[in-house]
Amino acid sequence: MTRFVLGRIGFYTLIAVLLAFFTIPLLWLVTAPFTSDPTYEVSVPDFTWDNFRAVVEHPYALPSLWNSVVLSVGTAVLVVLLSALAAYALSRVRLPGRDALLYALLLLSSIITGTAAMVPLFQLAVELNLIDSQLGLILILSGGLLPAAIFMLKDFMDATPKSYEESARVFGATPLQIVRHVVVPLVRPGLATIAVWAVANVWGNFLMPYLLLSDVEKQPAAVITYTLYTEGGQANLSMLSTFGLLYSIPVVLMYLFVSKKYGFRFHGGIKR
Amino acid sequence: MAQAISPPEAPEADRGTREHSRYSSDAAGLGKARAGVFMAPALLLIAAFLVFPALWVLYLGLTNYRLTGIAAAEPQFVGLGNLLDAVSNPTFWSSTWLTVQFVLGSAVIGQVGLGFTIAWLLRDRRGPLKRVVEGLVILAWILPSAIVSFLWVALLDRDGGTLNALLGIPGTAWLLDHPMLSIIVFNTWRGTAFSMMLYGAALANVPPSHLESARLAGASGWQQLRDVVFPHIRGHILTNLLLISLWTFNDFTPFLLTAGGPDGKSEILAVHVYKVALQGGELGYGAAVSTIILLINLVVAVFYLRLLRSKK
Repeated sequence: MTRFVLGRIGFYTLIAVLLAFFTIPLLWLVTAPFTSDPTYEVSVPDFTWDNFRAVVEHPYALPSLWNSVVLSVGTAVLVVLLSALAAYALSRVRLPGRDALLYALLLLSSIITGTAAMVPLFQLAVELNLIDSQLGLILILSGGLLPAAIFMLKDFMDATPKSYEESARVFGATPLQIVRHVVVPLVRPGLATIAVWAVANVWGNFLMPYLLLSDVEKQPAAVITYTLYTEGGQANLSMLSTFGLLYSIPVVLMYLFVSKKYGFRFHGGIKR
Repeated sequence: MAQAISPPEAPEADRGTREHSRYSSDAAGLGKARAGVFMAPALLLIAAFLVFPALWVLYLGLTNYRLTGIAAAEPQFVGLGNLLDAVSNPTFWSSTWLTVQFVLGSAVIGQVGLGFTIAWLLRDRRGPLKRVVEGLVILAWILPSAIVSFLWVALLDRDGGTLNALLGIPGTAWLLDHPMLSIIVFNTWRGTAFSMMLYGAALANVPPSHLESARLAGASGWQQLRDVVFPHIRGHILTNLLLISLWTFNDFTPFLLTAGGPDGKSEILAVHVYKVALQGGELGYGAAVSTIILLINLVVAVFYLRLLRSKK
């Protein structure tokens, strides 16, 4: 009996420590935006909306959030579109060397990282005149996400029955029509997974936009955040906290949506 | 570039492939030529922005290419010169050693240890406690890196930081006095979610009857873990270790907290490449260090994929 009680006490102490460890760093993000003159230390907010006005009036804050939307949605659309076509072809047609290709894709996607490729990607962007080009960055980010997207989508495609496609074919549908009207509805959860995964990846990505976008009007929120706390000695805390909250809300909403719909255990989860 | 994730295990794939080999008629009448057209745009982007850079970095590492000056316009071939520079450069070795600390501390000990602990504590629970703990851990994982980095900059600040206020010891500038400890704890905080979820799923697959019989045979909690649970989830532990080591090894986020400082005391290899190549302009040298990173990634990834295949 004592052992049981001690066990319970131990359990709840451990849980309390864990909760503190994971909560305390986050507290500042939810209190400082509503505090009139926030410091580094977490304090009880006096509930003001002034900080939000400062964000709206800041010349680069809201535009940078829009840039994040452009980059992540642009990349997600491109990745979903191209990986769906490629995964469909790989799933349905027996091509020579298909398994080797898939293996190579998986290998590539895990070994070629920003750290390993930052120098050549920077040089490539300079040579191709893609510095300060959001489209260029979208293409580069898509190139990095596509192998894993194709791999994950092929799993989805393999698991869907092929009989619908056959009957559609009997009725004279072209392959592209079959993809649009038969395959896409069947693998919609897979496509949604890839889209969310791509958006989450690009939304938080710092290194690539930091390297390739020097024009402050084109930079996404990740880079602007970093500028806000490193530039000019004194960080503007009310601005930074409020902007940080606005920048964080979309991923939190996306997480809630995904966890409600898929239980957040879809195919290995999203990558930070 | 964003690192990709591959599922630790994908039972659907298994089923699909088997079904496929039984049923490999080209259902949509796609044909090999059209399949090629479908694949072309994706393969083109992958070739241009993933394969080419990886090959190009091998070449660049053999030149004295620089951001400015003569060597920017006409880089000379210097063979293994950059590599020799690297091995005789104390910063390269200190960066390597710091990277080892970072991976061992935050991934192998921190994320695996904490991820398993949380999964184990919450293994039989449902309800709000489990949801709150898991939600918070996942939140740390999904929030943008620039935001959480600043949250830790604020938390660890010398004078106004919440940590010092809680501990009652103002005056410790954590990021300056203990930069590696700071980024190791930070990365444990930030990355534990993946391990937690993986072990949560793994523990759910340990047959309760095995644990029950071990308990009846009088095994202590630790003995149950050692003799029943660990052997059962060994594959998961290994894949988990390889994957998060790979991610941590390539993680650039510590730059956002300490920028490698002070005096290179937190300059892990990812930051070292950025500092020498893009801040210092030594692109050839940076590419040579990147080549080393690429080779290490290759070795780890091959092990990882072997492990995945052997499971199927």
